[in-house]
Amino acid sequence: MRDVAVLGVGQTKFGELWDRSFREIGIEAGLQALVDAKLSSGDLGGLFLGNMASGSLIDQEHIAPLILDYAGLAGRHLPSVRVEGGGASGALAFHQGYLAVASGLYDYVVVGGAEKLTDVPDATAAQITSSAADHEWEVVFGATLPALWAIMARRHMHLYGTTREQLAAVAVQAHAMAAKNPNAHYRNRLTLEQVLDAGPVAEPLGLFDCAPLSDGAAAVVLGPLETAREHTDTPIKIAASQVACDTLALQHREDLTSLPSTAIAGQRAFARARRAPADVQVAELHDAYTVSALLALEDLGFVEKGASGPAFASGRFGPGGSPTVNPSGGLKAQGQPFGAVGVAQVAELVRQLRGEAKERQVAGATLGLAQNVGGTGATSVVTLLERVN
Amino acid sequence: MSIARFWRETPRRYNLGGSRCGNCGTVYFPPRLVCPKCPQHRSTIEKMAPFQLSGEGEVLSFTVVHDPAEGFEMQVPYVLALVRTVEGPVLTGQIVDLEPKDVAIGLRVKATFRKLREEGKAGVIHYGYKFTPATEPGSARSPRGPAEPVRANDVPARDKAPA
Repeated sequence: MRDVAVLGVGQTKFGELWDRSFREIGIEAGLQALVDAKLSSGDLGGLFLGNMASGSLIDQEHIAPLILDYAGLAGRHLPSVRVEGGGASGALAFHQGYLAVASGLYDYVVVGGAEKLTDVPDATAAQITSSAADHEWEVVFGATLPALWAIMARRHMHLYGTTREQLAAVAVQAHAMAAKNPNAHYRNRLTLEQVLDAGPVAEPLGLFDCAPLSDGAAAVVLGPLETAREHTDTPIKIAASQVACDTLALQHREDLTSLPSTAIAGQRAFARARRAPADVQVAELHDAYTVSALLALEDLGFVEKGASGPAFASGRFGPGGSPTVNPSGGLKAQGQPFGAVGVAQVAELVRQLRGEAKERQVAGATLGLAQNVGGTGATSVVTLLERVN
Repeated sequence: MSIARFWRETPRRYNLGGSRCGNCGTVYFPPRLVCPKCPQHRSTIEKMAPFQLSGEGEVLSFTVVHDPAEGFEMQVPYVLALVRTVEGPVLTGQIVDLEPKDVAIGLRVKATFRKLREEGKAGVIHYGYKFTPATEPGSARSPRGPAEPVRANDVPARDKAPA
């Protein structure tokens, strides 16, 4: 195993990109990352592409060679592999790219993530993305992803006294952060009252407790740390990339207020990197729902079990916080193009650790954490990125 | 969803047919082929025996769904809950015959046989379990299929009776 670095990042705007096709956004992000990494495509060993549901969403499977082709690389006959893990598809693809470079099999790879959710009506996209839950034993009985997360939220409120206002604080902060992110789906600010007054989706979660369904793509270039300075002045080392899985259905979990997959992936990542939660200055957490961010903070050890609601509402994870959570705006406001989310999280951490995040820069950030979740936590990927000097 | 895909699960969805590990006694729903709890879980492959749940349980948590799953549009708002059965397994299902405002964590419920959803005007009608309030502890009976045979075009006749 050798150390691996992120050498370049790229990302499209997230949102309703009606004028742009799946292949266009995938290639835009990938080419940006190659340019950023100052890498000739002749040096590439392969491509890994995170995507959840292109077959259902755009009637197109076999998308890894498609993206390779339109990136102009089909003639090189590079391996191009799609990776699927629900909403965690992006970080899973990143994990595969990391393994490929760490093993020495490939020197340089592109990891992309792309999803096109607005080519079908909203309700159809919601139904398709709910297939990250257990179709036979959850969805057939009326479950949706927001409904299952709402069930977790209510249990957390019941056990720990977490309030609607504390949940809403997650959405308010996400929108305030995204106001400074030109790639974000939503750049408008929200007030607490607006979040509380929004129509219900699955009680206790309302419309503004839920991340949008977005189009978007992101990409990163990975390579060996030892030659990273040939490509960038600020190599970002992958200190850890850890995956943990769990039961597909929420109903089979002992504790409805925790994601064991996130907790275990986090523990493995901190052990691998020989670091602790207190060392992290910036975190990109999977806030598909407001409650998701609160559970993540507890599962990753940033706050004690049950204490995330008051802690978040107090501003402890806002600008200058420890850590600052979701400077990108998170899934809630930057947007939620499923397969692209995990790669976009990495891209944001790289910008932060390089000191290139402009208005939303977390001052002095040297260690960043990303948490990407599939479904209700059947898959979690935790990544630690570190600036090396 | 194809007819076969729904039909093959009817013993579970109509009659709460789960499985029980012959090694450690843990009950599972839906049935499992190996026991996740036994340390030598491979040795349980031949020991998982059919086991029917009583359908009695209590609400662990719930939500009131306003933005429905496909096929549930006519039922909004509906209550979806996780119910811990007295035998152990937790089931995901609707709470019916009760106003959403009266549902609470800890509510005792029993399974009942209901229509889940229709696949459009000409598609399959899905039946299965939902939950109603248990009037008094211990009074809940295990759910059975409807008194009248299910119409032939709804599901094949094979699975009317529990295994």
